[in-house]
Amino acid sequence: MRQLPLLRPNFLTVTELNRLARLTLESDPVLQDIWVGGEVSGITRPASGHFYFTLKDSSAAVRCVMWRDAAARASLPRDGEAVEAHGHVSLYETGGQYQLYVDTLRPSGQGELFAEYLRLKAKLEAEGLFAPERKRPIPRWPGRIAVVTSPIGAAWRDVQNVLARRFPLSELLLAPTPVQGEDAPEKICAALRSADRARADVILLVRGGGSIEDLWAFNDEQVVRAVAALHTPSITGVGHETDFTLVDFAADLRAPTPSAAAELASPNKEELKEDVSRLGQRLVSCLEEIVIEKRNLLQSLEARFRSASPLGRLQNIRQSVDDYSRRADASIRGRLSLNHTRLDGIIRILQGVGPAQVLDRGYALVWREADGRLVRSVALAPSGTPLQVQVTDGTFPARSEQRTGSGTSAASGKEKG
Amino acid sequence: MISPKAKKTSTQEKSYEKAYAELQEIVTKLESGGTSLEEALALYERGRVLAKACTELLDKAELRIRKLGSAPDAEKTDDPKEYD
Repeated sequence: MRQLPLLRPNFLTVTELNRLARLTLESDPVLQDIWVGGEVSGITRPASGHFYFTLKDSSAAVRCVMWRDAAARASLPRDGEAVEAHGHVSLYETGGQYQLYVDTLRPSGQGELFAEYLRLKAKLEAEGLFAPERKRPIPRWPGRIAVVTSPIGAAWRDVQNVLARRFPLSELLLAPTPVQGEDAPEKICAALRSADRARADVILLVRGGGSIEDLWAFNDEQVVRAVAALHTPSITGVGHETDFTLVDFAADLRAPTPSAAAELASPNKEELKEDVSRLGQRLVSCLEEIVIEKRNLLQSLEARFRSASPLGRLQNIRQSVDDYSRRADASIRGRLSLNHTRLDGIIRILQGVGPAQVLDRGYALVWREADGRLVRSVALAPSGTPLQVQVTDGTFPARSEQRTGSGTSAASGKEKG
Repeated sequence: MISPKAKKTSTQEKSYEKAYAELQEIVTKLESGGTSLEEALALYERGRVLAKACTELLDKAELRIRKLGSAPDAEKTDDPKEYD
């Protein structure tokens, strides 16, 4: 087989070429036992159980395969993780693809990209670009919000949704720019400057999540400097919560996501409405207090007026007159009742000696019927004289009946009702 | 630098800010006392109108969206749906 190309040195089939390339690679002892450092991206793990991924640094990439047996011993690396891979280099003949067959994978201390990131961060930090005293406050109620992002990205939609819900009073300006790719840094810088000229209250620099390579434009030195140079207060929201890009340090405020950036830039409509309604309540209670206060003042004035007025004094005089007359009345009545009692006693005594009382005790009065003379003596009533006899409850007729001698007589008669 | 007098802000937001500031001022004035009953009634009426205006502005506002052109001052209004 090896002789085949030698027979026709200038002509090879594709199969022959790929085989030759593979054998050439495999014949190099250095390439057969090698450690390669880079950042993992584009990992796939199909049902076969093999790992496929790409190892990258800032300027190159290589395809990698890790067979199932080796993969079972390794932990699945994260996208963007800096690793060191050990294996041998060969060529996949069917696809003509040169790749690294990895048998061991370990995380490296710091990936190359990360080292560059740290170097740039240290440099800009030393220049004072990230200094806390440079940070400006974000206006409470932005009338105008400029957004630097891709017009076709999810981030732009998220920002629109959040602001339509939270603060629809504001006006949204889009400064469109690609957010990844080679020309992204330059275009982002231009969009930032255009947003700055638009006299917005705040600028949002946002982009949805992606691999560390996708977000790399936001670690570009020129972009970071452009953010730091903005006259308008700025908020960044790049990638996900765990992603920190250098623009985050240069901006006035860093948000974990595009939606969060829109939230930090705006007040909440519902809270504003509650605030207004609380002010309305205070207005009502203020007025109530004022009315109550005025009424109390009026009442105390009224009371003072009454006590000071001549009408009040007249009433006092009237009252004392009433008082005196009541006392006089009582004294007269007392005396009258004493006299009355005395009179009753006299009347009782008089009644005791009167004829009625005598009759009551069983005595009788006897009159002659003919002339009505009281019979005080036997001589006044000879036998046969018609008489009237009065006892306590009435009168009845009678007739005298003289018996032996003078001085005795008896009256006989019938009682009459 | 941006000259403040060139600053042209959204009228929706500006009217809200203005109404809210006046409402706040009125409440503060009423709460600090010393107003005549007649004055208090007038302030109360004005405050009620402002509170209603604020709530209505918030309820009826619609987010306006513009796209900035590449030329610095050639800003044109765009339909947001274009980007969906």
